[in-house]
Amino acid sequence: MPAVESYPDDLHYHPEHDWARVDGDDATLGVTWFAQDSLGELVHYEAPEAGSTVSKDESYGEVESVKAVSDIIAPLSGEVLEVNQKVVDGPETVNDDPYGEGWLIRIRMSDTAELDALMDAAAYRAHVAEQ
Amino acid sequence: MEATLLRTPLYARHVALGARLVPFAGYEMPVQYEGVIPEHKAVRTDAGAFDVSHMGEIHVDGPTAQAFLQSMLSNDIDRLSDGEAQYTLLTTDAGGIVDDLIAYRIAHGQFYLVVNASNRAAVYAWLQEREPRGCEVRDASDDYGLVAVQGPRALERLGLQDAPSFTHAMGELDGIEVMVARTGYTGEQGVELCCAEDDTEALWDAILARGVTPCGLGARDTLRLEVCFPLHGNDITPETDAISAGLGWACALDTEFTGVETLRRIKAEGPVRKLVPFVMEERAVPRQGMPIEGGGEVTSGTHSPMLDLGIGMGYVPTASAAPDSQLVIDVRGKPRRARVVKKPIYRKET
Repeated sequence: MPAVESYPDDLHYHPEHDWARVDGDDATLGVTWFAQDSLGELVHYEAPEAGSTVSKDESYGEVESVKAVSDIIAPLSGEVLEVNQKVVDGPETVNDDPYGEGWLIRIRMSDTAELDALMDAAAYRAHVAEQ
Repeated sequence: MEATLLRTPLYARHVALGARLVPFAGYEMPVQYEGVIPEHKAVRTDAGAFDVSHMGEIHVDGPTAQAFLQSMLSNDIDRLSDGEAQYTLLTTDAGGIVDDLIAYRIAHGQFYLVVNASNRAAVYAWLQEREPRGCEVRDASDDYGLVAVQGPRALERLGLQDAPSFTHAMGELDGIEVMVARTGYTGEQGVELCCAEDDTEALWDAILARGVTPCGLGARDTLRLEVCFPLHGNDITPETDAISAGLGWACALDTEFTGVETLRRIKAEGPVRKLVPFVMEERAVPRQGMPIEGGGEVTSGTHSPMLDLGIGMGYVPTASAAPDSQLVIDVRGKPRRARVVKKPIYRKET
């Protein structure tokens, strides 16, 4: 079942429709409800390798629906600790639960000051309303 | 830009159903309602309805109509009786494909062609320029609404009697006069219903009231690709020939039509490259325009909802065209393995 629209208050948001959940020096990254709804049912997740580095504002992978492919933009920089194999095996997990089971990667942040540039949920909701 | 897009008679229905609308062939068309995958599966397991009113309908009538069409179209139109239809190609002098279409014989000297929306103007102009005395070519596209209802339960849901494939007859659905054609673009049993433009909304409502799922162009594309029906503009174009595209079965090479000599020669010599269906052997979604190693190109690609695999069609050198040949597709810089398969890519388990 596709998730209903939501933007949890405990996340940090990037304007390219990505989110980060911070836990100490680590962060879990994913795409927002808006992103998965725009793409439609996801059928492929081209994931980065664990141990590779991702850079803020740059693509670290791709998600594809039947009709379209989209780069996934990193909201933060860091080293990839873990890739969500559940999404590799079942990309539709992102549609079902974009902020929970549908997370994409976990990283060790290289610069926590980057968080200051991200939006809170209220600012992101306003950003989505303009799309 | 959007102000210049045309709308079918069902535009308001699509908006009311919450469809995602996209520009297609100059029309604002629904790409999906609930989602491509559920719509696709509805057609494979039950029944789905597609607004195809954007397609072109061209009448060719008169004492010389049949001889004219025989000289313009690749298939043998003389084989059609009243109430029958055939898949055929409008060809260029060089054997290229102006459009693929279905020709319906209404009666002696009365034919009706259903052509791709994107080629409607080109086909009409092509035929009109060559129209002989004793024959009238008329673009009636704006006079009709066209709805395809496809799927194993399509006829049952519509309360229609089964009839042989590629036949048509006048009929009625819940009080609406329709031409019922046993044709489609999904590989499933089904019909295409043509009505007067003013009746299109009533026809659509009657179809949906019978429990048929509304389906968009997204599912139409995945359905046709699973069964290897070519899409003009992707898999076949004025620069590709029917023999290389595997459409020799729709070319009556013993008749005389535009470009037939070129096609006879390609058939005799054997095509240099062939359009082949393939499935991905690694997780990746092939897309139109991706290079195939060894000199080839993907012409259509998607994710098959039934097989849960990347699938596609593309032109490859003849040496790589046999089933089970291994292909390597350049997926945005990454080599991904694929395998040539027999048509259709997806076949229903029976």
